[in-house]
Amino acid sequence: MTKPTRITNSIRALRFAHGEMTQARLAEHVGVTRQTIIAIEQGRYSPSLEMAFQIARVFKVPLDEVFAYPDGA
Amino acid sequence: MSYEEKGTWVYLAACLGGYGVYLAVILGRLASTPAVQVPYITVLLWTTGASIVASIAGRVLIETASPSGRRRSDIRDREIYRFGEHASRWFIVAGAGAALLMAMARWDYFWIANVIYLGFVLWAVAGSALKLFAYHRGLSPAR
Repeated sequence: MTKPTRITNSIRALRFAHGEMTQARLAEHVGVTRQTIIAIEQGRYSPSLEMAFQIARVFKVPLDEVFAYPDGA
Repeated sequence: MSYEEKGTWVYLAACLGGYGVYLAVILGRLASTPAVQVPYITVLLWTTGASIVASIAGRVLIETASPSGRRRSDIRDREIYRFGEHASRWFIVAGAGAALLMAMARWDYFWIANVIYLGFVLWAVAGSALKLFAYHRGLSPAR
């Protein structure tokens, strides 16, 4: 059975901070569908470590500025 | 909706439609003919073939009407595919197991063929339904 991820992310805020980058544009950079970016933003999909690094690289920030794993999770 | 999700919807509809037609024809024949004399092979092959054709044609039509931004699957599509196939495989096992027991008990070919066909249909339907569930409700590695 599927489980929602407990990993939180700041992708939406980072997109707006980077010239209001669209989900489609971010998806192109990472090499996934726009639906996958939407699913990650909404916490419905936990990306692989490699994809997480790719997303952080697009925004030129460290990984933990994009993704966080809350204490007690 | 991604290209792969659209394809899953089309595949589910084609499977249900094909099996629905098969059931309607066979149940109609069963009303007037004993099961062991019901001609089912031609109907089974035609409905299976029609489902495959409908699945391909449906996908082409939907892409023509509403093109997807990207037509290649990504890692999430592939993970969802594997999840659906893995979780629904028990219907194949159950169908094969039931067919084996029925053959040992010398049931007629009609019932054995139909329980195998049902196993395939349930596998396809359950797999598609689980994939669509994962597309909408989420998918993440088990904690």
